[in-house]
Amino acid sequence: MRIPLIYNVRSLLRRPVSSAMTALGIALVVAVFIAMLALAHGFQMALVRTGSPDNVLVLRKGADSELSSGIGRDNAAIIAALPQIATGTDGRPLASPEVFVPMSLDAATGGGDRLVVARGVSAQAFEVRQNVRIVEGRRFAPGQDEVIIGTAIAPRLAHSAVGDTIRFGGRGWLVAGHFSSGGSAFESEIWGQNEQLMPVLRGEFYQVMVLRLRSAALFDEVKRTVEDDRRLQLDAHRESDFYAAQSTVLRVILNFLAVFITGIMAIGAVFGAVNTMYAAVASRTAEIAVLLTLGFRPRSVLASFLTEATFLALVGGLLGCLAALPINGIVTSTTNWSSFSMIAFSFLVTPRILLYGVLFSLVMGVLGGFFPARRAARIPVVQAIR
Amino acid sequence: MKYFPLVWANLMRHKRRTVLTTASVALALFLFASLRSVVTTLKAGAEVGSESRMIVQSAKAIVFFLPRSYRERLLAVPGVAAVTWADWFGGVYQDPRNFFASFAADAESYLEVYKSDLELPADQKATFLRERTACVVGKHLMDKFGWRLGQNITLKGTIFQGDWTFTIRGVYRAVDPAFGEDVLVFHYEVVYERYPRWVNPGWYVLQLKDPALAPQVAATVDAMFKNSADPTKTGTERAFNANFMTMWGNVSFLMDSIGMAVVFAILLVAANSMMLSARERTNEVGVLKTVGFTDRLLFGLVMAEASAIALGGAALGLGAAKALYRPSGFSAMGFLPGFDVTAGTLATGVGIAVALALASGLVPALQAARLSAVQALRHVE
Repeated sequence: MRIPLIYNVRSLLRRPVSSAMTALGIALVVAVFIAMLALAHGFQMALVRTGSPDNVLVLRKGADSELSSGIGRDNAAIIAALPQIATGTDGRPLASPEVFVPMSLDAATGGGDRLVVARGVSAQAFEVRQNVRIVEGRRFAPGQDEVIIGTAIAPRLAHSAVGDTIRFGGRGWLVAGHFSSGGSAFESEIWGQNEQLMPVLRGEFYQVMVLRLRSAALFDEVKRTVEDDRRLQLDAHRESDFYAAQSTVLRVILNFLAVFITGIMAIGAVFGAVNTMYAAVASRTAEIAVLLTLGFRPRSVLASFLTEATFLALVGGLLGCLAALPINGIVTSTTNWSSFSMIAFSFLVTPRILLYGVLFSLVMGVLGGFFPARRAARIPVVQAIR
Repeated sequence: MKYFPLVWANLMRHKRRTVLTTASVALALFLFASLRSVVTTLKAGAEVGSESRMIVQSAKAIVFFLPRSYRERLLAVPGVAAVTWADWFGGVYQDPRNFFASFAADAESYLEVYKSDLELPADQKATFLRERTACVVGKHLMDKFGWRLGQNITLKGTIFQGDWTFTIRGVYRAVDPAFGEDVLVFHYEVVYERYPRWVNPGWYVLQLKDPALAPQVAATVDAMFKNSADPTKTGTERAFNANFMTMWGNVSFLMDSIGMAVVFAILLVAANSMMLSARERTNEVGVLKTVGFTDRLLFGLVMAEASAIALGGAALGLGAAKALYRPSGFSAMGFLPGFDVTAGTLATGVGIAVALALASGLVPALQAARLSAVQALRHVE
């Protein structure tokens, strides 16, 4: 027969300070665990959202980032003529040959400079990259010294308000607008027209070419065509995979840190729970003996104490989730080493991460409760009652 | 000291509890020392750069080249003793995950400018300089991949297309461990043969005659190229490295806040354990008071017990961190060269342990001191 749960809850409440301390310890571990996963996830999502599975990114053979790539105008023209490319509203192929260069720009506060990607795009870019929206001002006008700035990076740069003139590449650019792109890495970039940016940047060639396919299924065909063409020394990547891969190194580091740090913290918290539960068992020896005398099976006693420990940990886990929630959306920045430039992104607390946090607390509870619970189940009745 | 056996007996009464609590304190301080060392190592990395060397880079951004012709003009600047340059090569060894820095450099002048920081045997240096396809490699990198002197290694170019094979002719050691031993340097001429237009100085390094001249040299150099197609930005190597470290983002804040959470979590565990012990001993405290133990003495006994746990745990945790990282050559895949637990970190750790002892012992100790003997003896657990 099961021992009712209310027995455990009342027992915990009889030792309020000790119970609260144990639960709080677990809550802290869970909060740190969630915060670190949210950091890793936020960074990953910023890059994952950058690419679309319908898009193909063409780079120079062997180049592992947009930064180390280069495509001549002649090659760009060959690529743009591929039949698999979708056509835009104006009847032209949805292909955007792009210039990609990290530039030194003045930081908004604290002096110093920030490396920020300046991306020169074609007029088709807004149809190719469909998640890009102007949130303030307007698009840059073709043929003008105008740029638009991503919402994530704008607050971190000096002279970045709409209507200001921002200086880089040896001249000033009118900030025509700010744009968002669903939290992707583009929000950490500055966009202008490719033909305007090319001469002041790195000379007569593009870095990458982005194509929108008529259907995502055509990717393999395009990849084969591009990579088999002897005139071209180019590789084709699915855009979503390409950007997601850029997050791998940092994501692995952050996930490792999350597991390493919270793993060690968790051991400490489990030890705390073990102490608490052993003390609980010791002080309730007589009670347990009574339960056993009344006919509860040792198995039920074990289950009851295990439940008590798990319940305590669960309370801690839920508290930890609550404590970690406010960090959702906080913007932080680091460097995307594959483009050598600053990327701003938000902590992302997802239901899945919260679930991991709760599961983590349950594991701590079971680990911390098992041995004390077994001790409780094995109490010799006669001696204990005496 | 005569009360030592009493404190010891109390600690040993619940051996399991004492061991677990001490272990939690040890783990927490180990973690604290590890996190703190990330911050101190990054700081040391930012300060490793010399004040007597300056970095000249493109004012547009570090990824832009500077013309090779600048070399002679830089040499002519008053106060500059020597000039060298290097360029980021970005070679991949076997797998992109095997990341390390590789520089195409003007080899002879490069080794000259860095001679005070790099230890390279004279015969290896001579062979390296004689052989165009040779390279020198940091000791840590050698060990990591198990390379041997004289071995040929092939890098896949990410910026400069193709396969590039170099013969390892020299292994350098860093004089200051924070300098790092994770770079591969080779003759830029190798790349020049295949890509004459594309290999240019990514940055120049100036050796100054006197560090005090740095501001003037920076001003002269930047003014000289201000109106050219490739304006420059000049600063000391130390400032350059410090700026580089900021690119990771606010690592110290992240590490410090996690460290705080760790310490606080463990405070809860330790304090809880002390309170459990104290509660179980209410009767005993009554007996001790009856036989003449003073309030102050009882306070001291509980505090001594708390201190033993906190300080014992601290000694274990901090000692393990100190003993583990440096001797094992841990460097987080080369990102944190010279990773070490500093004396300052150890001192802070001990400070935390003392605070932990006070905070966890205080409430039970006060309770024990204030308890009246009559009440304590009446207390039924």
